[in-house]
Amino acid sequence: MLKLPIYLDNNATTPLDPRVLEAMMPYLTEVFGNAASRNHPFGWAAEEAVDYAREQIASLINCDSKEIIFTSGATESDNLGIKGVFEMYAQKGNHIITATTEHKAVLDTCKHIEKLGGRVTYLPVNEEGLISLADLEAAMTPQTILVTIMYGNNETGTIQPIREIAAIAHKHGALFMTDGTQAVGKIPVDVIADGIDIMAFTAHKMYGPKGVGGLYVRRKNPRVKVTAQMDGGGHERGMRSGTLNVPGIVGLGKACELARLEMAADTARLSALRDKLERELLTLEESYVNGSREHRLPHVTNISFKYVEGEGLMMGVKDLAVSSGSACTSASLEPSYVLKALGLSDDLAHSSLRFGLSRFTTEEQIDYAIGHVKEAVTKLREMSPLWEMFKEGIDLSKIEWAEH
Amino acid sequence: MAYSDKVIDHYSNPRNVGTLDKSKKNVGTGLVGAPECGDVMRLQIEVDETTNTITDAKFKTFGCGSAIASSSLATEWLKGKTVDEALAIDNMEIVEELALPPVKIHCSVLAEDAIKSAINDYRVKNGMPALEESKAHH
Repeated sequence: MLKLPIYLDNNATTPLDPRVLEAMMPYLTEVFGNAASRNHPFGWAAEEAVDYAREQIASLINCDSKEIIFTSGATESDNLGIKGVFEMYAQKGNHIITATTEHKAVLDTCKHIEKLGGRVTYLPVNEEGLISLADLEAAMTPQTILVTIMYGNNETGTIQPIREIAAIAHKHGALFMTDGTQAVGKIPVDVIADGIDIMAFTAHKMYGPKGVGGLYVRRKNPRVKVTAQMDGGGHERGMRSGTLNVPGIVGLGKACELARLEMAADTARLSALRDKLERELLTLEESYVNGSREHRLPHVTNISFKYVEGEGLMMGVKDLAVSSGSACTSASLEPSYVLKALGLSDDLAHSSLRFGLSRFTTEEQIDYAIGHVKEAVTKLREMSPLWEMFKEGIDLSKIEWAEH
Repeated sequence: MAYSDKVIDHYSNPRNVGTLDKSKKNVGTGLVGAPECGDVMRLQIEVDETTNTITDAKFKTFGCGSAIASSSLATEWLKGKTVDEALAIDNMEIVEELALPPVKIHCSVLAEDAIKSAINDYRVKNGMPALEESKAHH
């Protein structure tokens, strides 16, 4: 029997893989030591577990294990990376370049930087959600210390041209940072080949636990340093104080190991399921994929259904746990700023659904989701005066609406 | 957001969805709201001119569950009422019947507007002057 509702909101968070939980369990019970305790076996066991997790992460992203700073998650990592560079490289300059479709953890941190006297350029994106390399090149100045552009977008799955962006940043002497939250563990991310200097990532988007993440900080070519934003005992090479979350770190490590071993198989299966879902839903007239279909994470699709109102649509797909283009992070009904940045009108942004598949998504679930969404959209359109007018060939933009 | 059972019922089983022939003299049509605001309601009434009674009512709504429920309920209430009785329907009655939360009161206002707009259309078509302005402050 199919259990409802079906969880298809894996860009928000993923379930914990049972194998990850199994790896974590001893560190929640008998192996409870503080990894910073150097004087007894309890501490040694914890430190050993943390070091092993560093190796597991390093293997996934092709870095040295000493280049990983553990944090509480991607939001903290984004904050540490951006604020840490801004403070550390203040002598060199005060200009940061990012994009309008970044996660709030980056955008709001950049706004904070502006309050501190920094200068931030927010690059626009095209209708596919991609930044223009020419825009980036034009925005670079001698004062530019950091370019921070996300790897894969959380709403559309659009993957930015990371290597080309890194090359432009480096050509002008700036560091390149990426928010790898949605990409790490899902697609091959290689910090050497990609030219990444700093990268934020988190466990709970790749079947690990919540409350733990990391920041990759390059140690050579060039040696990068970030000023600590959390002062205290000098943990993590002085860049992030605080007793390490040993069970969480063990879980993150195990999640990375599983991702490395199973990524190819997961990608093949999930992209086939995602493509089936997308192909079927696009048989509905006036439905559109948001973001690039060519440069995209394999498990994500974001589709707008014209002439259907977003909140009504969410109510109609009650058997699915999905996100819509409205009210992503708040109780307000503001349409998604990411979709608006792609040039979508408010109503088309509102009437979008984001599907994020996971390692645990089954074909049966996708088949059910296809039927359920089709039924909801069809029913709402039969009820929609706008759909009827569209079908009669009336140009809705020519009607004088009584806006309220 | 949690919806009341009555909103869910009207959303799941909307009453009187459809279209009346707007070219007929005894059919009044009201189209209110705007797509950018997320609500558009079209409400139609068919009037028996000898008794001044509403014999049929249909709606189509683009909007949230509360907007759909408000217009569905309105059509249920309109059938069998005289035009004058229909004019007396107040949006707060819809709010109470559907237990709409404060953020959804505008859906009931829109439904009341749609009723008045349909009646005005019927009146104007039949040589009577239009009545009062709508309640919503756009």
